[in-house]
Amino acid sequence: MQESGIIIPVRLTRSKGESVIRIHGITKEYFMGHAVIQALRKVDLLIRRNEYLAIMGPSGSGKSTLMNMLGCLDTPTTGTYEFNGKDVASMEDDELAAIRNKEIGFVFQTFNLLPRSTSLQNVELPLIYAGLSRNERLIRAEQALASVGLAERMYHKPNELSGGQRQRVAIARALVNNPSIILADEPTGNLDSKTGQEIMNLFESLYATGNTIVVVTHEEIIARHARRVVRLRDGLIESDRENIED
Amino acid sequence: MTGKTLRTELFRLIQFEIFESFRIAAQQLAANRTRSGLTALGVIIGIIAVTLMGTAIKGIDIGFDNSMAGFGDDVLYVEQYPWNTGADYWQFRNRPDIKLNAADRLNQIIGSNPKSFLAVAINAPACIQTVLYGKRQISNVYTTGTTDQFSYVSSTECEKGRFLNEAESKSGRNVCVIGRDVASGLFANTAPLNKVVRIRGQEYRVIGVFAKQGSFLGIFSWDSQVVIPLVSYIKYFKANQENASIRVKVKDKNRMPDAIEELRGSFRRIRGLLPEQADDFAINEQKSLRSSIEPIKTGLAIAGLFITGLALFVGAIGIMNITFVSVKERTREIGTRKALGARRRTILLQFLIEAISICLVGGALGLILSYALFLLLTRVFHDFPIQFSPLLVVLALLVSVVTGILSGFAPAWQASRLNPVEALRYE
Repeated sequence: MQESGIIIPVRLTRSKGESVIRIHGITKEYFMGHAVIQALRKVDLLIRRNEYLAIMGPSGSGKSTLMNMLGCLDTPTTGTYEFNGKDVASMEDDELAAIRNKEIGFVFQTFNLLPRSTSLQNVELPLIYAGLSRNERLIRAEQALASVGLAERMYHKPNELSGGQRQRVAIARALVNNPSIILADEPTGNLDSKTGQEIMNLFESLYATGNTIVVVTHEEIIARHARRVVRLRDGLIESDRENIED
Repeated sequence: MTGKTLRTELFRLIQFEIFESFRIAAQQLAANRTRSGLTALGVIIGIIAVTLMGTAIKGIDIGFDNSMAGFGDDVLYVEQYPWNTGADYWQFRNRPDIKLNAADRLNQIIGSNPKSFLAVAINAPACIQTVLYGKRQISNVYTTGTTDQFSYVSSTECEKGRFLNEAESKSGRNVCVIGRDVASGLFANTAPLNKVVRIRGQEYRVIGVFAKQGSFLGIFSWDSQVVIPLVSYIKYFKANQENASIRVKVKDKNRMPDAIEELRGSFRRIRGLLPEQADDFAINEQKSLRSSIEPIKTGLAIAGLFITGLALFVGAIGIMNITFVSVKERTREIGTRKALGARRRTILLQFLIEAISICLVGGALGLILSYALFLLLTRVFHDFPIQFSPLLVVLALLVSVVTGILSGFAPAWQASRLNPVEALRYE
């Protein structure tokens, strides 16, 4: 474990822009038969614009639950969650869908591309749900694909692409709606280390151009790319510190 | 944003979603051709049943209308027996004959009433005769005696020669106009005009051949008739006066009930009936014949509906099942779509449209197959009047869409309610 960072209280983290995510006292309980499982117990977290954050923790630590919460895929049992100042903790399904569509870009470990659709169609999908016209969709999807270096692969289907290319399509899809935050869940988990490195470089440049990135991972080497690392254990934040770069 | 732009915005959104749903549905169908095809089988059979049934019913109607054309939809028949009597025959047996001069009396009454709903009454007694020419003979020929005014109450269009003229009608000359089938039966290789045929031992010169008028299901043919002058008919066929028939042309066929009431009143006057006495004659119209085919049509419709309903029910269950499977298989995809911002409505629409698409494809296939069957049937049974109407195509596609909605709704609803977290985690 890398212990070289300085422990900084949440409120003092780099004040580069206003807060995107403000979580206070969040808990999440699951019912497994008769047993109640506390996946998260009183978690506070503040994420500001243009942060690059890694969430780490062993399995069962609650990091997946936290990520689902951050991604508005799930709502907390108790606690408050403000996304860009809006209270999302009490939102209905379809309101959450609108937030996910416009404010959050998901990158999954297994890419989750639609197998029978081309890269362009995959990247277009969030724009369809956003109700953009066909022309606008095409322009923006092409731009997004070009920005991840796939201008030549627009009409390829996922099975005609390498793993790295697939993940780049997924990143283009995450970027295409200009989200407030990019949420990546083990983005390199299904890639070899060289390709994984390429993807991390891509995240690096996205961060450099002003994007806010949250990466959930259990690999130190991936977390090292982030500027701030939040470690979870047993549903609590164990540590939250700045990364010292080499 | 005003309410109106919001609404157009929503409309546009739904439009995209529907378009996207159809694209996905097409992909899915293409990817699972065998599965979709087998699933659509129930719908295919249902649609074939519904179209063939509709075709048969429509065909019976058209065949009936064709044969009815010979009766005329603006003509009333004053006769001893009502049409469609069947078992009640004996009840009418002792009614007085319809006298030929009754037609003249009727015309007098009609002529004296300027507000009459009736136009003219024409004698047209008829009987069944055998017509001979040389060694050839045709039996069961519907033989009518009438005047040159017959054209008011029946089609007298001739494909060869002409109908009776006034002189022939008045003098009762032995001439005849024969139906198409009679002509082709008697005169296979020769021209029928001016040939002499024999009916009941009398010689009649052929002056015309009727244009084709059609038949009803091959039971009765208007093309198997002969028309001779009334005077000649009375002279030679007097024994058949019980088959007397007075045809009355109605001025406005939309006022049929009024016309019938007037005719009934006038004829009761002629008969001198007291108010308490029942009619001793019958007034017939083609509509009363129509009612006799209603049970056949109803029977066909019930049988057809049963088969169709059963096939569609089985088909719908198959489609519901396959859509449930599809939802299960694509749980991860649903999770991904939800993560990307798909609303419940979007997912619901997508799977509903997928089920509808299977049904539409099944419906279209069913239509193509039943059209092929229909072509085959018309080729095998020339005379059977079946009709393939555009309305039927619309009906079949509509039935398909409704089946799709009914069978797809439950799985689509389930898909739309999936929790995105669980859906994304699904292996």
